[in-house]
Amino acid sequence: MPDISLTVNGATRTGSPEARKTLADFLRDDLSLTGTHLGCEHGVCGACTVILDGRAVRSCLMLAVQAAGSDVTTIEGLGPDGEMGDLQQAMWDSHSFQCGFCTPGMVMQAAAFLSAHPDADEQQIREALSGNICRCTGYQSIVDGVLLAAERIRER
Amino acid sequence: MKLSPVDYEAPGTVAEALDLLAEHQDDASVLAGGQSLIPLLALRLAQPAVLIDINGVAGLSGVSVTDGWVTIGATTREYVAEESATIAESVPLLAAALPLIGHEAIRSRGTVGGSLAHADPAAELPAVARALNAEFVVRGPSGERVVPAAEWFEGYLTTSRGPDELLTEVRFLAARPGTGTSFQEVARRHGDFAMVGLATSVTLNVGTITDARLAFAGVSDVPARATAAEELLEGERPTAELFDEAARVAAADIDPPSDLHGSAEYRKKVAAALVRRGLREAVGNAMRGSD
Repeated sequence: MPDISLTVNGATRTGSPEARKTLADFLRDDLSLTGTHLGCEHGVCGACTVILDGRAVRSCLMLAVQAAGSDVTTIEGLGPDGEMGDLQQAMWDSHSFQCGFCTPGMVMQAAAFLSAHPDADEQQIREALSGNICRCTGYQSIVDGVLLAAERIRER
Repeated sequence: MKLSPVDYEAPGTVAEALDLLAEHQDDASVLAGGQSLIPLLALRLAQPAVLIDINGVAGLSGVSVTDGWVTIGATTREYVAEESATIAESVPLLAAALPLIGHEAIRSRGTVGGSLAHADPAAELPAVARALNAEFVVRGPSGERVVPAAEWFEGYLTTSRGPDELLTEVRFLAARPGTGTSFQEVARRHGDFAMVGLATSVTLNVGTITDARLAFAGVSDVPARATAAEELLEGERPTAELFDEAARVAAADIDPPSDLHGSAEYRKKVAAALVRRGLREAVGNAMRGSD
């Protein structure tokens, strides 16, 4: 089993995952970062989305060994310690989510997108979130939350 | 759905990758972006003994231009190609197709070469490669060979790449002046594989179509050129009646599959509609470009 070292939420983490272990399982099982959710486990639902080297990726569609040397941010690392970040607060204020299963993937995808496109309009936000499936909300409240976050970020 | 146990190799050079392929042959799968291969492994539809991860192979990523050809390294990520000014300017059909691949997070990892080597007949890039007669550069134990797109796609998820060969780059001829393109697709949901997709490229010279390329995705086990419709278009002036006739001929020429997403009959109707839309947009772009 290869030894790997990577940065997760700002801290250096090491491990010796089996080659077949996905990054998602490594985060959850080896690093106990269970905020990253696993839905379909074959790249369809988006629940496992994390930010890898600045871009949203599906952590179920890459091997942990492939993340060696990378900088990974999970839902646990998105806000300041123990607090919610701008996006999380805006989604809270908009009652964006219901059951919460899709939440980490949806938030990480939105975070990656907003950091690259702070001026995004509703259509662009819907396009960016189109790979993340939510079975509760009908998406309107989620889009509202991301739009509110974008507005607050622009006003500052 | 967890992957089967598998050995993992991460070569740093093409030579090392070729040595590993020569050793493991069909027992190995080449891992690039993994956005199609990892699901196959997770579903255990593929169970290779060894994964040869080429993400760390030097010199396989990047976009360059030489002698009117745009060369894309096999491990160039789809988002990098999507953001490439060179591709937007010189291979507009490819630029139109790239944003339709999966979703943003898929394009973060997925690679141009990976999609073309995976050869899903419903995917966007194989249709673009067929329409534009792309050239596939393959390295093997006896050196390099160049495979035209017409000979690359052999069947469902099957290419003419030998088990000891590696796709290293794909070349597209830069669009000639007077050329307009369009990529059209109809999918059940945004980001899904298309039920039918169509890559269109039309070149106009003084108002006459001198070159027409139509390549379907999703209608057979390989991306398929609509040759009868292409021949009908060439030498003619673009009119709505001509596009209707081309749509009729193209749809009559295909024998698409039926599945729970749509019947063969429905797919033929969609195909005809896409030919009309594709030709309208491509000709419109060609006219604007030549102003």
